Amino acid sequence: MQHLSHLQALEAESIHILREAAAEFSCPVMLYSIGKDSSVMLHLARKAFYPAKPPFPLLHIDTTYKFGEMITFRNQVCAQFGLRLIVHTAHQAIAEGANPFRLGTQKCCSLLKTGALLDALSAGGFDAAIGGARREEERSRAKERVYSFRDAFGQWDPKRQRPELWSLYNGRIDKGESIRVFPLSNWTELDIWEYIEAETIPIVPLYFAKDRDVVVRGSTLILAEHDLPLLPGESPVRIMCRMRSLGCTYCTGAIRSTAATVPDIIGELRGFRRSERENRVIDHDQDGSMELKKRDGYF
Amino acid sequence: MQPELLRFTTAGSVDDGKSTLIGRLLHDCNAVYEDQLESVRSQSAGGFDFAFITDGLKAEREQCITIDVAYRYFSTPRRRFIITDTPGHEQYTRNMATGASNAELAVLLLDARKGVLPQTRRHAYILWLLGLKRMVVTVNKMDLVGFRQEVFEAIQHDFRLFANKFDGCTIDFIPISALEGDNIVRRSSRMSWAESPSLLEYLETVPTDTCSGDLPFRFPVQYVIHSAGDNYRAYAGQIAAGSVRPGEEVIALVSGCRAVVKSIATFDGNLATAFAPMSIAICLDRNVDISRGEMLVHPADLPTITRVFRASLFWMSDTQLKVGQPYLLKHTTQQLWVEVTAVVSKLDLTTLEERPGGGLSLNDIGTVTLEAYKPIFCDEYARNRATGSFILIDSMTNLTIAAGMIRSASDELNRAVSQNDNVKSGLTIWFTGLSSAGKTTLSKAVYERLWARGKRVELLDGDEVRRHLSKDLGFSRQDRDENILRIAFVADLLTRNGVIVLVSAISPYRAAREEARRRIGNFIEVFVNAPLAVCEQRDRKGLYKKARAGEIKGFTGIDDPYEPPPSPEVQCDTDRETEAESVAKIIRYLDPFTG
Ligand SMILES: Nc1nc2c(ncn2[C@@H]2O[C@H](COP(=O)(O)OP(=O)(O)O)[C@@H](O)[C@H]2O)c(=O)[nH]1
Repeated sequence: MQHLSHLQALEAESIHILREAAAEFSCPVMLYSIGKDSSVMLHLARKAFYPAKPPFPLLHIDTTYKFGEMITFRNQVCAQFGLRLIVHTAHQAIAEGANPFRLGTQKCCSLLKTGALLDALSAGGFDAAIGGARREEERSRAKERVYSFRDAFGQWDPKRQRPELWSLYNGRIDKGESIRVFPLSNWTELDIWEYIEAETIPIVPLYFAKDRDVVVRGSTLILAEHDLPLLPGESPVRIMCRMRSLGCTYCTGAIRSTAATVPDIIGELRGFRRSERENRVIDHDQDGSMELKKRDGYF
Repeated sequence: MQPELLRFTTAGSVDDGKSTLIGRLLHDCNAVYEDQLESVRSQSAGGFDFAFITDGLKAEREQCITIDVAYRYFSTPRRRFIITDTPGHEQYTRNMATGASNAELAVLLLDARKGVLPQTRRHAYILWLLGLKRMVVTVNKMDLVGFRQEVFEAIQHDFRLFANKFDGCTIDFIPISALEGDNIVRRSSRMSWAESPSLLEYLETVPTDTCSGDLPFRFPVQYVIHSAGDNYRAYAGQIAAGSVRPGEEVIALVSGCRAVVKSIATFDGNLATAFAPMSIAICLDRNVDISRGEMLVHPADLPTITRVFRASLFWMSDTQLKVGQPYLLKHTTQQLWVEVTAVVSKLDLTTLEERPGGGLSLNDIGTVTLEAYKPIFCDEYARNRATGSFILIDSMTNLTIAAGMIRSASDELNRAVSQNDNVKSGLTIWFTGLSSAGKTTLSKAVYERLWARGKRVELLDGDEVRRHLSKDLGFSRQDRDENILRIAFVADLLTRNGVIVLVSAISPYRAAREEARRRIGNFIEVFVNAPLAVCEQRDRKGLYKKARAGEIKGFTGIDDPYEPPPSPEVQCDTDRETEAESVAKIIRYLDPFTG
C-alpha cells in the first residue's frame, strides 16, 4: 500500500478545497498578497484546474506602501501565467493622509487593508474570497475554519462559525454574506518552504538574504524604502538580511540572515526559535490584535 | 524518505491536564517559538504554565475556557502531526465529532488519582462511535500517585473492562506526567516498570491509516475541467477510496454511463496509477455527460445506491431535530434534500445505552432513518469514512446542524422500506367529484400548503392527463377506466418514491377508484361534493352547457352516471363550506400522514 508524503497529503487537501470553492460559489476571488503563502496558493490553484487557468481572478490590496520588488514580481507572475489581476487601493483614505506614522499601524491597517479589502469584495460582488492564511501562523487562527463565514458587513463572529467535519464544507450563504476560504489552513511555515523547494515556485527576492540598506529600530530592521522618515539619530546602514514575511515597508521588519537560497532558509527555519510574525509591527500593537482585526474583516 | 502526516485528536475531562500535555508536546518538539514562550511567561502567574501555550481566543482567555476545536502543529524528523484539540466539557460531543472526523488516532487523557470517570467513558464511547480505530489512553499525573505501577494497572484494567465492546478499535495505555515531562518525549526513569514507549515515540511509530487505498474505488466528481480550443474535458476530484489506472473501465453513478479511463492528468504529467486521497483529474475515452455530484466507480465494485439509510446523528444545533422536515444533505460532492423519517433510538450518555425513540437536541446522539429525495452512492461509515459521512444543513439558517455516519445502507433496507406501508413513503390523495365541484381549486390549495411545508408534492390533474398521457382515449366506460388506471399507475410510482400525489379527476366509477386504491396502498379519497344543480350553475369550463346542447356525449352527471364513494376518508361539501374550511379539513386529516 502506497503512502502520500506530508507535502503530497497537504497538497491533495488544498486542491480539494480550491475545487470546492470554484464549484460552489458563483463569484470567487483569490486574495493575492504576493508573499510566499500566496505564491504557494497560486501554484496550487494552477495545479487544481490544470490545464485550464484558475477560474477566478486574483485580488491584490495595494496600500501603496508595498515594496517595489513585490509589485514587479506580482506583475511578472500575472503576465507569465496569464492571470486576471484586480488591484484595489484605498485612494481616498490615502489622499486624506492615511499613513502609519500619522495614524499608528492599527488604524492605518484598518483603513488601507481591511477597509479596502471589504470595499473591493463588495464592488466585485465576490461571494467567496480565497486567502492564504494558515492556522499555525498566529495563535488566534488556531480555531479558524477552512470555510470562514462573514456576515453582510464582512465581519467574523466566532459564534456563527459552522462546525466543520471530514472534508464536507458548508458554503451556503444568503445574499451579501460571504465565505473566506483558506486552502492552506493546515500548512506550517516549514511546509510552505519545503513545498516551494520541491516545486521550484518563484517567490519575491526579498525573502533571500543580501546586503540591504536598513534602519535599526529597537530590535527591528526596517528597509529604507518609500522615503522612510528617520527618527533623530537614525541613519541607514547596510546589513545582510532578509524578510521572513512580507507586508508594508514600514510595518514589516527584516531579520539578520545569510540564507540566500530556499534550502538555506529551510535550514535556518529548522533552527529557528522565533515566530514568523514577530517582525510584523502590527501584530504587537495590542494583545490579541490579530483577533481584533479578524473580527473587523481583515483576513 | 519524506515524513508522513498523522492527524490525531485529544480528549479528556477538565483539569485532567490536556492543555499541559499538549503544551509540553509542542514545547519539547520545538514547535513553540521563543517570542510565544515569552508571552506565556509573562502570563503565567509564577513559573511557567505549559497550558498557556495552547490557549486560544481572547474572549476565551478571559473566561478561562476553550470552547472550540483548535488545530496545533508540530513535527519530528519522522512525522508531521496535526492535533485537533477538543475541549472536554461544554459542547463536547459537537467538538469531539469535529475533532475526530479527520483523525486517525485519539489521545485520551485521564487523571491517575481519579481513574476512569463517567466522562472518560463517554469520551471513549463517542470516539469509538466516530470510527476511530485506535486510541491511546494516557494516565496523567502519575507524579501525584508516586509513579506506582498498581495505580496504572488498575486503571488500565478498569478501562479495558468497559472498552471490550469497542470492536475494531485498538487501545494502548501510557502512564505519564505532563507537568514533569515523564514519558512524554523520553521514557521516564521513574517508571521503569512501564513497558510502553513514550507518548512521542508512540505517535511517531503507530501505523497510520492504511486501509482506504485498498478499498473499492470511489471518485466523487467535484469539478469538470474544460480547456477551450482543444475540446478537453477532465473530471476533477479527490479519490475517496481505492485506486485507479488508465485502461480501467468505470461507471458513472447515477447516470450509469460507462467509459474507460484514458488518462489521469495532473499538472506534473499523466500518472500510471492514483490512489486515495490524491486529488486528480480523470479523462475518459468517450464523451459522456457527467457533472459534479456524480461518482465514478469500478463496475465490479459498486457502492450502495439508495435513497433510504440508517445513520448515527450528532445533533449540533440549538433547534431540535424535526422528523419529516426537509434538510439539505451534503454527502461527498452531492447536495440534496433529505428528511429524517424516524428517530430509532437515542444514546443515554449516563448509561451509554441506546434507548428507543425520543427527540434530538443540541449535543444529542441518536440513530435515525433518513430518506433522500434522490439516491446517494455510499458505503457504511465503518468501511469508508469519506463515502459514509454527511452533514445536514438547515436551509433557512444555512447552519450545519448535524453530522451523520451511515450505519446501514443496504439495498435490502431500501426495498423493505419502499414495500412497507407503515414506513412513511408517499401518499396519494384522490379528489373525486363532478365537473365544477371544486376538485381543481381544492387540490391546488392543498398542493400549495404542502409545498410550503417543504413536502415533495405533485399534482395530477385529470384535464392535464387527458391532454398528454391519455390523449388517445375517449369517454367510453372502457376508456374512462383505462384513463384512471394510467393515472393510478403514475400516482403509484410517485407514491413509492415518497411523493405526495394529488390526483384531481372526476373518476366517476367506484370500481376504478377502488382498483386505484388497491394498487397504490397509501390512498386517501377526498369526495368533493356539490349537487349537480350547483355544479351546472358554476359550469367553470362551459361543459354542462355543451352537454345539454348535445355537443358532448356521455357527460358525467348528464348522460353518464357518477357513483359517489360510500366511505371517503374526507368529504367536502363545497356548496356549504368555504374553500378555506374544506382545505383545513383535508390538511387536518393529512397531518398524521405528512408530519
Ligand atoms: N501534578 C501534576 N499536575 C498536573 C499534571 N498535568 C496537569 N497538571 C495540573 O492540572 C491542572 C489542570 O491542567 P490543564 O492542563 O489546564 O487541564 P485541562 O483542563 O485538561 O486542559 C493544572 O493545574 C496543571 O498544572 C501532571 O502530570 N502532574
